[in-house]
Amino acid sequence: MKEIRYVRAITEALDEEIARDEKVFLIGEDIGRGEGIFNTHRGLLAKYGDKRVKDTPISESAFMGLALGAAMAGLRPVVDILFMDFLTVCMDPLINHIAKARYMFGGQYTMPITITASTGAGLGAGPHHSQCLEAWFAHIPGLKVVMPSTPYDVKGLLKSAIRDDNPVLFLYDKTIIAVKGEIPEEEYLVPLGKADIKREGTDVTVVAVSKMVTQALMAADKLAAEGISIEVIDPRTISPLDMETIISSVKKTSKLVIVHEAVKKFGIGAEIAATVVEEAMDYLDAPIKRVGAPFTPVPISPPEEKAYIPSADQIIEAVKEIAS
Amino acid sequence: MSSLSREKLLEMFTWLLRLRRMEEKCIELALSGMVPGWLHSYLGQEAVSVGVVLHLRREDYITGTHRSRGHDLVKGVDLKRYVAEILGRKDGPCFGRGGEMHLADKEVGAMGASGIVGGIVSTAVGLGFAAKYKGEDRVSVTFFGDGASNQGTFHECLNLATVWKLPVLFVCENNGWAEFSPQGKVMCVENVAARAAAYGLPGITVDGDDVEAVYQAAGEAIARIRHGDGPILLECKTHRWLGHYVGDPQKYRMPQEVEGVRQFDPLMRFESKLLKEGILTEEMIRETGEKVRHEVNEAIEFGKNSPFPEPQDMFKFVYAEEGAAK
Repeated sequence: MKEIRYVRAITEALDEEIARDEKVFLIGEDIGRGEGIFNTHRGLLAKYGDKRVKDTPISESAFMGLALGAAMAGLRPVVDILFMDFLTVCMDPLINHIAKARYMFGGQYTMPITITASTGAGLGAGPHHSQCLEAWFAHIPGLKVVMPSTPYDVKGLLKSAIRDDNPVLFLYDKTIIAVKGEIPEEEYLVPLGKADIKREGTDVTVVAVSKMVTQALMAADKLAAEGISIEVIDPRTISPLDMETIISSVKKTSKLVIVHEAVKKFGIGAEIAATVVEEAMDYLDAPIKRVGAPFTPVPISPPEEKAYIPSADQIIEAVKEIAS
Repeated sequence: MSSLSREKLLEMFTWLLRLRRMEEKCIELALSGMVPGWLHSYLGQEAVSVGVVLHLRREDYITGTHRSRGHDLVKGVDLKRYVAEILGRKDGPCFGRGGEMHLADKEVGAMGASGIVGGIVSTAVGLGFAAKYKGEDRVSVTFFGDGASNQGTFHECLNLATVWKLPVLFVCENNGWAEFSPQGKVMCVENVAARAAAYGLPGITVDGDDVEAVYQAAGEAIARIRHGDGPILLECKTHRWLGHYVGDPQKYRMPQEVEGVRQFDPLMRFESKLLKEGILTEEMIRETGEKVRHEVNEAIEFGKNSPFPEPQDMFKFVYAEEGAAK
């Protein structure tokens, strides 16, 4: 095993996949000379040259659409969109074309396109550089959505995403890129669509996404000191969503809290809660609780932003409401 | 006299006639309610697809829009499967999923079409990118209208393709109408080709109702692009005979204008010229007409008799893994 930062796990995955398959190329704004705004693409231009690592003009629609044509012709593009917020300027090629190309052309094409983009508030970056919009994309048939919380998952999931024959949106949290974690020295993959139990527990199931996993684990420590045992489940992939793991945990604990940084209203927590009610209501002993951001844009001012991001304390509060 | 061979001229004439007859039949199908959605008629614009696509090899790529209704046929899509697709039937190259607006047949390089008219231009840029990436000498040709040239993606694409010198021919079929809006109300330039100057690629305007002029200009452009000289914007000025879709009452259009456009008929223009030059005879016109009518009728019958997909087929092809959608 070796220790590696979250961001370097991205770089390693890209590096290994580009070396492994000549059809893989990286494309986006400032990923070559700039090495990615969060250093995700460090050293890759120098190592692979500008055929494989393409710096683009600020033209998200053009290069997202380019990825579709390139995939039709058999290539495997890895498109970087810096901030997930910028996906709004290339929704047409992504949602109308890439996500539907296999379907509307009757299965003639596969769409092995990976899109990397950052999520998350906490840097004072404000309403255009902090959003968590995963629910929008999970709502689109044809797309897959990945949100890893640890360096191990980052590397294994990104490699799987690049090898997947479907379009995969790979969302990393920009505020945890320096977090360290252990990964194997040798090559490994993490399959898409499989949740991971980050901590086993017996009293309450807490489903947490991306950097909220860290908050949930902090909450778990504090709650354990008070005699409450929570099971922390990290879905890792939002679509397809591993409801099986979540439901089997709920059958054990009979209580559920769902945590995501995205605004609570209409978030993926609603989908998870509804599915649990549809499929396992008889096992529930308490109302399902959701923890998410308030229904506001992401504020820049530090006190406001701090209050905006869901915290371990909020998770503890939600757990305690239903734990007894 | 034309500088083209007699054989080439007759091939062009046959294609113009085939597209015209096929389109007339498809309009009948639409009026009888058999075409799901709308039919965006290509009547009057046939010289553009014939003049451009006849230069392409099977491995070259084309993309189009909702009004790309001849391009795919000239590129090699089987007439019968084409009709089946338009009718939403199983035997269409897209399994009936593409329909009239999203037809694709990868096997012949007809890569896809979209009613989001600027968006699909970027697909063609990607196809050109892939050709260059792999070191192939394929050319990617994208067909779109004057309306699409007002979408942002179009401008991003011209810039990107030029910066990277991609083998892409941008063919604007300027029929003067963006859905219900005349060009003069939505654009302050007369020629879409003028927009090329802003991005540093050549922009050329030709009479899109003159099949020989289109063929000539497209031939030169494609040769340069295949040689590696970078993208070109070719604008073909043409006319839309019908409304935005079959059945469009065209309240926005003056009746004189609607009647007037038929004087530009690319088929009749070419036919008269070939007759005058002695390349065609009345008898050849009759024979070709008979042959084409037979092909078209056969295709229409095939399409009408092709089965629909079953409702449960809707779960196919959402993801590369079968059944993943359920």
